Amino acid sequence: MFMRMLLRQAYYILQEVGRSLKHNSLLNFAAVGTTAISLLVLGVGLLLVINTNQIARTVESNIEIMVFLKEDVSQKEAMAMEPLLKSVSGVKEAEFIPREEGLASLEGWMGQGTDIRDTLGDKNPLPDAYKIKTRDPQEVDAAAAKIGRLPGVEKVRYEQEVVNKLFKLNNWVRIIGLTVIVLLGICAVFLIATTTRLTLFARRREISIMKYVGATDWFVRWPFLLEGIILGCVGALLAVGILYFSYGMLTAKLQETIPFLPLVSGGGQLLLIFEGLLAGGVVLGAIGSTISVRKYLSV
Amino acid sequence: MISFFNVSKIYPNGVRALQEVSLQIDKGEFVFIVGPSGAGKSTIVKLIFREELPTKGQIYIGGRSVIRMKSGEVPALRRRIGMVFQDFRLLPDRTVFENVAFAMKVICAGRSEITERVPQVLKLVGLGKRMDDYPPQLSGGEQQRAAIARALVNSPSIMIADEPTGNLDIDTSWEIMDCFQEISKRGTTVIIATHAKEIVDAMRQRVVALNCGEIVRDEHRGVYANAT
Repeated sequence: MFMRMLLRQAYYILQEVGRSLKHNSLLNFAAVGTTAISLLVLGVGLLLVINTNQIARTVESNIEIMVFLKEDVSQKEAMAMEPLLKSVSGVKEAEFIPREEGLASLEGWMGQGTDIRDTLGDKNPLPDAYKIKTRDPQEVDAAAAKIGRLPGVEKVRYEQEVVNKLFKLNNWVRIIGLTVIVLLGICAVFLIATTTRLTLFARRREISIMKYVGATDWFVRWPFLLEGIILGCVGALLAVGILYFSYGMLTAKLQETIPFLPLVSGGGQLLLIFEGLLAGGVVLGAIGSTISVRKYLSV
Repeated sequence: MISFFNVSKIYPNGVRALQEVSLQIDKGEFVFIVGPSGAGKSTIVKLIFREELPTKGQIYIGGRSVIRMKSGEVPALRRRIGMVFQDFRLLPDRTVFENVAFAMKVICAGRSEITERVPQVLKLVGLGKRMDDYPPQLSGGEQQRAAIARALVNSPSIMIADEPTGNLDIDTSWEIMDCFQEISKRGTTVIIATHAKEIVDAMRQRVVALNCGEIVRDEHRGVYANAT
């Protein structure tokens, strides 16, 4: 008996949802539109942040310290320095580059047609060197200074300016990006709350009549809640769809023109954003309708 | 059936709507509540319906205190009371049938019950042929009869109307009153707040007269105002 009542109630509630979706098409369109636009803007913000993060991380991890050894250090002695270099705090890798290899890579870098060995004769002007990578780009400065004071080291070279600037820039991108995302999130909540309030204002009469004929609060609330969830979900799907296709096209174009740009494409991070937006749409729709309906329930 | 004990109501804006009102309405009675606007008629209706709570005093309906009732129990109370308003309060985008069926769906009645009971009630109020029309297509009197059908469909033991003829002409008002009388004959308690003097005078039912929030007269087979 109780079960049958419950099923009946569910059926009537679904009927109300269907009816309202069909009859309030303009307001529903507005609700879906606001949700879609809010989430779209939020999604664009998120994509920008994860991409700048990715680019910054790639550039940062490529920062190396070149350590040139003194002329009078023999190759054997030079190779023996590896543990010492690795013991410097912050150093992750130390790759020995003998002078022959340095010359070869210089040759390769200058390209064919230049006969560098002929010009130089038998003499190799390059010193033995080490290529150092640090664990954290922030440690480059300190590590380079320490290595420079080691015996046998002639010169230390790294893109100090680049490192510092990039580091600052990246920090700012993160701070601004996060602020923008938080602000956009708040805007989205307000926009959606306003739209649901509008919807409910248009239907306050219906709610009061429901209450007058003895509907329980939940009987009134359920249709609005379900509707909110459905509209939020549709809005989010729209936003995700637009983001997915336009981002895919944009990254494809960008990879063509700037192939070395390390953009985020496919995989976990994107999926996470899209799932997050979908969940966000559902939650926003549910919360928006529940909060707004409360005001009209006190009849 | 309905008892008011020293009920006072002061609205948050300071208006003293009722002062020390005591009133007893028995099962099956037909009661007019009359008085000038602002006398407190609507407040009495709202208190019975528990749309408002009194500032002071006690109200019992069917032996239960309305004041001590939890908000979760209010729907059950309202299902035993049929409510009719001056402005009908029908849903304009639903047919007459759907408007009445709505009240049954709210209490989770079965579909076969609905298809049986709704036409029955609509026939009773004389709308048997207009079930599939929308409220805006009906005249004022027909709309009010649809609203009465909605109030009646769950067989309430109390029927309350707040100025049910306020928007209707005198002939139509009589039709509506006939409806209420018919309902009353079936044993339902009927309470009507009104200032339709002619009707009250002609029907000679119990009249509770209010003025400035106080009961100034309560007589059986009464009239709207004493000849003075």
